[in-house]
Amino acid sequence: MAQAAQAETEVTGLATIAKDWSSDVTTFKGVPWGKAMMWIFLLSDTFIFSIFLTAYMTVRTTTAEAWPNASEVFSLTMFGVPVPLLLIAIMTFDLITSSGTMALAVNYGYRRDKRRAVRFMYLTAFFGAVFVGMQAFEWTKLISEGVRPFENPWGAPQFGSCFFMITGFHGLHVSAGVAYLIIIARRISKGRYDNTNFEIVEITGLYWHFVDLVWVFIFAFFYLW
Amino acid sequence: MAQAEIPYQEAIPLHDPHTWITKYWFSQDHKVIAVQYGITAIAVGLVALVLSWIMRTQIGFPGLFDWIDPELYYQSVTMHGMIMVIYLLTAFLLGSFGNYLVPLMLGARDMVFPFVNMISYHVYLASVIILMLGYVPGMEGPTGAGWTLYPPQAILTGTPGADWGILTMLASLAVFIVAFTMGGLNYITTILQARTRGMTMMRMPLSIWGIGMATVLGLLAFPALFVSAIMMTLDNVLGTSFFMPAINSLEIGEDYAGGSPLLFQHLFWFFGHPEVYIVALPAFGVVSDLISVHARKNIFGYRLMVWAIVAIGGLSFIVWAHHMYVAGMHPYFGFFFATTTLIIAVPTAIKVYNWTLTLWRANIRFTVPMLFAIAFVITFVVGGLTGLFLGNVIVDVPLSDTYFVVAHFHMVMGVAPILVIFGGIYHWYPKITGRMLNDTIGLWHFWITFIGTYAIYFPMHFLAIPRRYYQYDIGESTILTPSMEILNVSITLTAYVVGIAQFLFIYNLIVSYRKGREAGDNPWEANSLEWCTPQTPPVHGNWGERLPTVHRWAYDYSVPGQERDFIPQDVPREAQA
Repeated sequence: MAQAAQAETEVTGLATIAKDWSSDVTTFKGVPWGKAMMWIFLLSDTFIFSIFLTAYMTVRTTTAEAWPNASEVFSLTMFGVPVPLLLIAIMTFDLITSSGTMALAVNYGYRRDKRRAVRFMYLTAFFGAVFVGMQAFEWTKLISEGVRPFENPWGAPQFGSCFFMITGFHGLHVSAGVAYLIIIARRISKGRYDNTNFEIVEITGLYWHFVDLVWVFIFAFFYLW
Repeated sequence: MAQAEIPYQEAIPLHDPHTWITKYWFSQDHKVIAVQYGITAIAVGLVALVLSWIMRTQIGFPGLFDWIDPELYYQSVTMHGMIMVIYLLTAFLLGSFGNYLVPLMLGARDMVFPFVNMISYHVYLASVIILMLGYVPGMEGPTGAGWTLYPPQAILTGTPGADWGILTMLASLAVFIVAFTMGGLNYITTILQARTRGMTMMRMPLSIWGIGMATVLGLLAFPALFVSAIMMTLDNVLGTSFFMPAINSLEIGEDYAGGSPLLFQHLFWFFGHPEVYIVALPAFGVVSDLISVHARKNIFGYRLMVWAIVAIGGLSFIVWAHHMYVAGMHPYFGFFFATTTLIIAVPTAIKVYNWTLTLWRANIRFTVPMLFAIAFVITFVVGGLTGLFLGNVIVDVPLSDTYFVVAHFHMVMGVAPILVIFGGIYHWYPKITGRMLNDTIGLWHFWITFIGTYAIYFPMHFLAIPRRYYQYDIGESTILTPSMEILNVSITLTAYVVGIAQFLFIYNLIVSYRKGREAGDNPWEANSLEWCTPQTPPVHGNWGERLPTVHRWAYDYSVPGQERDFIPQDVPREAQA
């Protein structure tokens, strides 16, 4: 049986992990409850998106018809020239930029610069809203071209099914993130977290970066393949 | 950062209930939420019990009642399975035991996010209500697709409930998963970050290890069910073809093409197999504690018990396709999944040996909870041994979809965890209410349930007939031998008796609440922290001003040279004797 009041010997490397896991009270030292909970939630959510993508890859191989060519489907005509994946490139750039502004917000939060932290959170929410707006535009364009969940003009019907389901589910995550950012930013400016180290900004940021990371995988597996 | 001479939870103000509504309905107290989960799960379990009577009546006495038509039979099969696995077992073991025991056994004030915890119960309640919507007149009945909900049949006309039943089922599952996630995040975070002073992981009672590991499995496995529920809903409502191949139904071509029914089976069982352990691991944990307390002996091989729980949890994610041998797969896949399946038997056997060795030469008190715990071990061994047959591809293929399978999973993950739930209720009822349950009724309940379930499921191993058949007669002839017919009748009659015995139990719960013997703080002379609360039943906040300090593991029973045969966890090492 391990003694709880272990002698405070200095440990380094892997031994620190063993020390933390064999200690009392908290396993992750100095990690607030909310942050631990968000990490665990994101782990669970990772499984949801992995399974969405795995399912998409499976039906892509089982369907009998040819899969539409993504770079032709997702192209915008600029000055009479079709540019493949133009909109998607802009959307991806927008979302990754929002991750940058989020990181700045976290930094300012820990410096207790409330005003800047809140501003950058609103800016992040703005980029998120722009992303959802562009996604709505993309959906509208594809729907007007005849893409439906059950059929499309170019080939396998699962193309539309997977597209609407996966980007829709991701879009819901982004929309929820925008709402979450706005609510937390408002609460910060009202002084609700003044007694804390503003970990809440980092917790919100964790979710936001996760949504961003998921998009990278959707981009790679759906648009580039 | 300020690292806690006083853990920060002592500084956090509690949400104090003022009105009846905030105290008993929208309560944020983990103990009230646990009881809410428990009552709801038992209520919905009784529905499933009645459904099993309907099934058994049809099988034992085919054609006796006109109103048991094939639709009702298949709906009962489906709803019985789903309710028992998800809405009773999962909800009770994690929602009720998890909520009650995690903060108390760890010496915490409450779950880390009581508000989320409260929402979790109400979302669970919503999922139960949505599930039952299938029975509302005008909804044309719940789904009859079997609890595995395999497409394409689950959503094609001809299957009962193809209009609304399947939708309410899928919606209910998705809502349940949301509820579980909110609860589960709380359990894990509480276990990792909100233990009391001195409570290291390796001093946690095994109940907590079982509940914690099962919650991890749930958080990683339920996503597969969530995603497949979404995809099947889309197939049904929007006409997508995720799971639907090109198909003719009643000679009419359906508007589906190119989907993969096998994909659904993979997703379903990627959830479904860990689900078995989501139910089993908390039961393992709780039964370890029951056996140790009532055998007055430390649990044999505590560390190995912990690592066995962890190993079973890990392995449970790489065995799922053993439910799908008959679906057709590459022989090497079958080889892989059979091997991993049989490897799980190793940590499981370690647990069974350790329970047995804990009982060996122990000072056993044959209390009602102890009887249930011993009955669990016996039932689990019988059910587990048949699992060895079903895990082998070549033996499984002829046994698939026969009553051998029904017998196997009912013993190993139906009856066995239910016995632990009963044992746990008899064990912790005194802490929850302050009164003991009546022993005489308890003994009747135990013996009828234990012997009865044995009489129901053991003969099923030898009943070589296919399962999920509405009837076994074809015109004048039948595929049943006379001995099989006798067995079917006897199983049905036993099922009535065992079912009625459960009402004895509920009567006991209700009557003892007012008239039971006063329990005192620690009626079983147990060590773990929930028996060390200043009040019984524990008040909101559990511990008063200061959280307890833990000085030892939870299994110091019959320590030589001590006056009493138990030393609670909060007794300092110097002060013993």
